Amino acid sequence: MSGKKKIRIMDHELVPKHEVVPKEEAIKILKELGVTPQQLPLLRASDPVAREIGAKPGDVVRIIRKSPTAGKIVIYRFVIAG
Amino acid sequence: MVMKEEKVIGAIKFGILSPDLIRKMSATAIVTSEVYDENGLPVEGGVMDPRLGVIEPGQRCATCGNTLARCPGHFGHLELARPVIHIGFVKHIYDLLRATCRKCGHLKIPKDEIDKYLNLYERLKDKWPQLARSLSEFVKRKAIKNMECPHCHAKQYKIRLEKPTTFIEEGPLGRLWPNKIFNWLDQIPSDHLRLLGYDPNFSHPKWMIIRVLPVPPICVRPSILLETGIRSEDDLTHKLVDIVRTNEKLRESIASGAPEVIVEDLWELLQYHITTYIDNEVPGVPPARRRSGMPLRTLAQRLKGKEGRFRGNLSGKRVDFSARTVISPDPYISINEVGVPIEIAKTVTVPVRVTPWNIDEIRKYVLNGPNKYPGANYVIDPTGRRIDLRFIRDLKAVAESLKPGYVVERHLIDGDIVLFNRQPSLHRMSIMGHIVRVLPGRTFRLHLAVCPPYNADFDGDEMNLHVPQNIEARAEAKTLLLVQEHILSPRYGGPIIGGIQDYISGAYLLSSKVTLLTQDQVSDLLASISYDGEIPEPAVLSPKRVWTGKQIISLLLPENFNFSKEAKISSGALKCTDEECFWDSYLVVKKGKLLLGVLDKAAIGAQQPESMLHFLIREYGNAFGKEFMDRAFKLFLRFIEMRGFTMALTDIMIPEQAYEEIKEVVEEAKKEIDELIKMYREGKLESMPGRTLEETLEIKILDVLSKARDKAGERAVKYLDPFNNVFIMAKTGARGSALNITQMTAMLGQQSVRGQRISRGYRGRTLPHFKRGDIGPEARGFVASSFVKGLSPIEMFFHAAGGREGLVDTAVRTSQSGYMQRRLINSLIDLVVEYDGTVRSAYGELVQFKYGEDGVDPKNTSFGKAVNVERIIEKHVGWKK
Repeated sequence: MSGKKKIRIMDHELVPKHEVVPKEEAIKILKELGVTPQQLPLLRASDPVAREIGAKPGDVVRIIRKSPTAGKIVIYRFVIAG
Repeated sequence: MVMKEEKVIGAIKFGILSPDLIRKMSATAIVTSEVYDENGLPVEGGVMDPRLGVIEPGQRCATCGNTLARCPGHFGHLELARPVIHIGFVKHIYDLLRATCRKCGHLKIPKDEIDKYLNLYERLKDKWPQLARSLSEFVKRKAIKNMECPHCHAKQYKIRLEKPTTFIEEGPLGRLWPNKIFNWLDQIPSDHLRLLGYDPNFSHPKWMIIRVLPVPPICVRPSILLETGIRSEDDLTHKLVDIVRTNEKLRESIASGAPEVIVEDLWELLQYHITTYIDNEVPGVPPARRRSGMPLRTLAQRLKGKEGRFRGNLSGKRVDFSARTVISPDPYISINEVGVPIEIAKTVTVPVRVTPWNIDEIRKYVLNGPNKYPGANYVIDPTGRRIDLRFIRDLKAVAESLKPGYVVERHLIDGDIVLFNRQPSLHRMSIMGHIVRVLPGRTFRLHLAVCPPYNADFDGDEMNLHVPQNIEARAEAKTLLLVQEHILSPRYGGPIIGGIQDYISGAYLLSSKVTLLTQDQVSDLLASISYDGEIPEPAVLSPKRVWTGKQIISLLLPENFNFSKEAKISSGALKCTDEECFWDSYLVVKKGKLLLGVLDKAAIGAQQPESMLHFLIREYGNAFGKEFMDRAFKLFLRFIEMRGFTMALTDIMIPEQAYEEIKEVVEEAKKEIDELIKMYREGKLESMPGRTLEETLEIKILDVLSKARDKAGERAVKYLDPFNNVFIMAKTGARGSALNITQMTAMLGQQSVRGQRISRGYRGRTLPHFKRGDIGPEARGFVASSFVKGLSPIEMFFHAAGGREGLVDTAVRTSQSGYMQRRLINSLIDLVVEYDGTVRSAYGELVQFKYGEDGVDPKNTSFGKAVNVERIIEKHVGWKK
């Protein structure tokens, strides 16, 4: 088993917290922001983190990351095929 | 007036002109290469055919019947004897030829796959155009690879493109002449084209082969009449004549049944002419030249580049009501003002509508006419007729005829608002609104404190001035663009407009402890700023009533202002970190009274956030900030004038004894370096981590030499009066630094090129004055002389080498950063902070969920810090910490 150890990228310090937002909540959030899903920043379904959390095209993913100005910032990404 | 029906452009579609469309929009066919007949009149059917549009004023257009001003010009067309390739589409044609079958024209992909991809393509097209494009690209690549047609099973051959326009099949077809290519492209089914990203209805690839050439209207290529009476034609016309002539020859030789070789030669010539007609800078094609040898400026050259149609005419425009001249300083005007020469004030004008309230005033302007200031240049009556006052004999009659509703274009007068700009306009403070002050002289005058935002100096800089022409623009300029609204920089929040140079020296000297002012001096100072308030009790009553400079400065501060901060001079021996300060290097203002400390760059300087000036502006507003700067700066200058301030040679001269000491320092350093070199030669020198032995030696030598320079500086400075003029400037931050003083008095130190000691020149040495292999300090650019003592010829050479590098660096940096700036601006220009605090692109795409992630405007912060608790406490309580 040399070097075959599974690396969980979510555990890495530089990977911010990702989570799939439930459909009803996602609709609410989109309404609040006043955007269509396509106007959100995108996330490819083939993105390693997206695969890890099981995000499917059409999902909205919430990312909570550190920010030098605000301390912590919540952003949303729309998952697309690819 | 009846409103016309409003039409909105919903979308724009680009395509390729089809031969049918070219014929349809054509006013006439071009049939002859003759341009003018023996009478000098344009030949019908030539490239200057009158049906292509009016050229001379007064004529009526043969096509549309309009006069010169209203005729838009009309296209003609030229039927080519043989088709040619459009140079702009060569790449597309090449790809299509390779991707489709040579026999049946089908895309070289099995039918079921085509259907599958087409289905996917149709679904992607509207929502994800980018993805659709990459799908087309993928399909194309796949089709090119296939060497057998899946539809008709014909064997495919490799197709070679011999730049620029020759296609050769390495198979039975051989040279693919444009007519063959046309037939090939014509065969491709519409669906297959659609899959490849072409819209066959608007840009069918067969139209990439030119069979009919549109001939642009004459007004696109006007001829110029020289003084000698000779007509000089436009480059495009020349090229068109070439094309028509070659086309004629080609047609004749085909008709007369000339040998195929000759026909093909002419065909190639026609291809060359049409290629250069479209783009005269195609690689591999010799550019068509004028008789003088200048390459012709053909279609692509008209559009391309900095002076092309896009960058030169559409994005960049020339304007009226603007002026440009040299700038010079004027410390007596307000920072909000600009001094305008009378000559300019009489040329650029402001339109004013006549009303019952201003009619008397405007009559005066009209009476003065265009030559007497303040006058007027034009009168526009309500019908829109312009009366040029230059040609009016009886100004009085015109003045009498003025009635409300007239518009008068009067000269600029004091109090008008104008926009003032210096290139390069790198940030929004590069264009600010100024209030006009008409002054004698021929230069624009501006206050010294507004030099930093414009990055201006007076070594010959020129600036531009624009006069807003309507009330809305003037109001906007006054409320948004006025200089005082830009004192605080949106970059870091601090004042970008503030004290510089003499203002700082003056402030320091006036606020210094030793400054005591008699009643006469106080009166002089306060009169210079038209102070009309009370004068406080003098600080010293006996033996003479004298005031301190701090008392005078306090008169300008608001009554409830509290502030404390270390001064710029607080360093070294004069270091103070709290109010217990013997050296007067800790600034304390309580209840608007300057109690302790001096004003220097840290208190009133430009580009100094969290300074006294910064908080005065933040807490009392821009208008107060402007008022404070106008008054305080005038006061500081008046004081520095009274006291006198200069820099003399004696300020940087040191006695002989000091030179001895410096010599000692140099000797010591040399000895140390000799030691290092000896160790290196003997291999005893240990290398530093990650460095070679040579690098280690260089680093150590540089270290020793820079320490030697600092030490020499210290020794020299010891002999100087620490309160002489040069030191005052360096310490307060007005101008110069400790290093500058060291270089003037003690020594220049090591000169460097690319961060290294100077080592190149002759073989093994920098100059023939040294032995080969000498790596001692002198042989590698160490300068032990000072500017005061003077440099030896060898030292001067090294100094010049180092200085040259600096010049080259700045030249390279400005061009590179300028290009980076341009690209950044082009990519970020449409981003907008919406009312909900999000940053969005022009299409509503979210870029940031909150501006800067915290929603804070840096202009209202100091260095991006939104809340400064310490400052809030100090502001209200009067102390901090």
